[in-house]
Amino acid sequence: MSDRFLALDKLSLAYGNTVAVRDLDLEIRKGELLALLGPSGCGKTTTMRSIAGLMTPVGGRIHLDGTDITRMPANKRAVGLVFQSYALFPHLSVFENVAFGLKLKGMRGTELETRVTNGLKSVGLSSFANRKTPELSGGQQQRVALARSMVMEPKVLLLDEPLSNLDARLRLEMRTELQRVQKESGVTMIFVTHDQVEALALADRIVVMKNGAIEQIGTPEAIYNHPVSAFVADFVGFENIFAVRHGRLVTAAGGVMLSGALPDVAGLAWRPRSVSLGSGPLSGTVRGVSFAGGTREYVLETPLGTIKAEVDAALPAHGLGQTVAFDLPVAGAASLRRFG
Amino acid sequence: MTRRLFAPLTLLLVLVFLIGPFLIIVAASFSAGDTLAFPPQGLSFKWILKVFTVESFRDSFVMSMFLAIGGTFAALIMGIPASYAMSRYRLPFSETVRTVVSAPIIVPGIIVGLALLRYFVVPIGVPITLALFLAHTALVLPYAVRVVSASLNNLRPDIEEAAVLLGSSRLGAFFRVVLPNIRGGILSAFILGFVTSFNQVPVSLFLSGPGVRTLPIDMLGYMEIVFDPSIAALSSLLAFLSIGIVFAAERFLGFSRYV
Repeated sequence: MSDRFLALDKLSLAYGNTVAVRDLDLEIRKGELLALLGPSGCGKTTTMRSIAGLMTPVGGRIHLDGTDITRMPANKRAVGLVFQSYALFPHLSVFENVAFGLKLKGMRGTELETRVTNGLKSVGLSSFANRKTPELSGGQQQRVALARSMVMEPKVLLLDEPLSNLDARLRLEMRTELQRVQKESGVTMIFVTHDQVEALALADRIVVMKNGAIEQIGTPEAIYNHPVSAFVADFVGFENIFAVRHGRLVTAAGGVMLSGALPDVAGLAWRPRSVSLGSGPLSGTVRGVSFAGGTREYVLETPLGTIKAEVDAALPAHGLGQTVAFDLPVAGAASLRRFG
Repeated sequence: MTRRLFAPLTLLLVLVFLIGPFLIIVAASFSAGDTLAFPPQGLSFKWILKVFTVESFRDSFVMSMFLAIGGTFAALIMGIPASYAMSRYRLPFSETVRTVVSAPIIVPGIIVGLALLRYFVVPIGVPITLALFLAHTALVLPYAVRVVSASLNNLRPDIEEAAVLLGSSRLGAFFRVVLPNIRGGILSAFILGFVTSFNQVPVSLFLSGPGVRTLPIDMLGYMEIVFDPSIAALSSLLAFLSIGIVFAAERFLGFSRYV
């Protein structure tokens, strides 16, 4: 049961005649922190909106905590949503924003005051209660939005691109904050993002989406180390991706044999740092070098196509135009079950 | 040197051009003489006081106030939902509706007045007061829609969704988070509509009938018979009323943001 705390069964969503999500199956555990990861237009935001009840599915069902909520109005679902733009009420103070939902529930007086005050305290905004929301910084506005949803004690809290509007320093801070709030409250959290770093850092489990369907579901480690398809591999930073056919790599130069037997897979993918540079049966010309602190990044023009390699910066540098030997070690590659 | 004087001098000329006639009218209303004249002969408040004793002025003032307040109110009742629908939903004819709604601003009042009289009031036999009310409502509607639309477009639609997810109904979200945030726009639309309706001449001229007149029409009629400074006095009073309203609106609402 608790593995199916929130379940999407054959969920299909469409805007008019345009299908956004097709036959999506997904089960989310109670208390899980799940990321919906994918490029814009992959259906992740649409899926989130349908869980919130802001969009009615054209097919399939949604169950939350044992109840079919497919047709339940958004205001009865006990699902919270922190909008990308925060969507605070500009005419209300911080306190009144957070109190909004509780007041609608009929809460008044000291109980209301206590709940709102605690909500603000939990996001570190106690001293901002009487401020108008447009006066706050982006990070503060997001905390208000978070508190506003959390005081409602939602069964599921949805977050739309929670970190994308924040600068780098605040992003790290907010990431920690979200994890803390989630651990303290035990709320089931689903957030939508197009940023793999964000998803890997925050989530217990990642759902990678493409063209309205799930491409892969797994832990951050699984997604990062064992992408199942070229799409996922590309998304999590494998820059050298090749199809495999008849035991050979499919490349610009035709089929290439590698040292060592190729596994029976649809494709192989190497991160730049899995490419070994300086020795090996293959060779290419250096077309780009850039220093990246601890490592040096190379762009090689090779008979296989463009290869990106990243090696320890302490090793002697290869100059532009130099010919360098390299190898694509099969042991360091991710095996792709699907190519595409 | 001449270059530096050019701009201030131009400004001064424009101000004289704009405010001069108004100052003359104001000066004429304090005249002690019996005819409308400038420069005024002597100084007295008798014409200002006389304005309040002319019965037809009182009746037509009440009529004008009724049309301006009632008409603007009716226009807002229709205009707010219409603006909301046009700004939030992609409706099939929303551009057409926008154009049709703006028509009373673009089409000359004389034509609107004549058309209403010839093809609406006369054939159907609509009572004069009702005809005036409907006409003023239609004339104010474009301002209501434009000003309210402008402030709706400045408001993020997702705050309504946020309100719904916090337990509000769709309608409740409109009253709880949309209306309070476009309050300034609505009040501005009301003031603009009120002033437009109150100062309206051509349409009212066609539609006014026996015993039912708006104040500007009554003033025109009065001037054709009597040529004393009470007209100047009344004009000054009305001008100060308008100035007062607009000044207060700017002071408290930031009126110029919406218009």
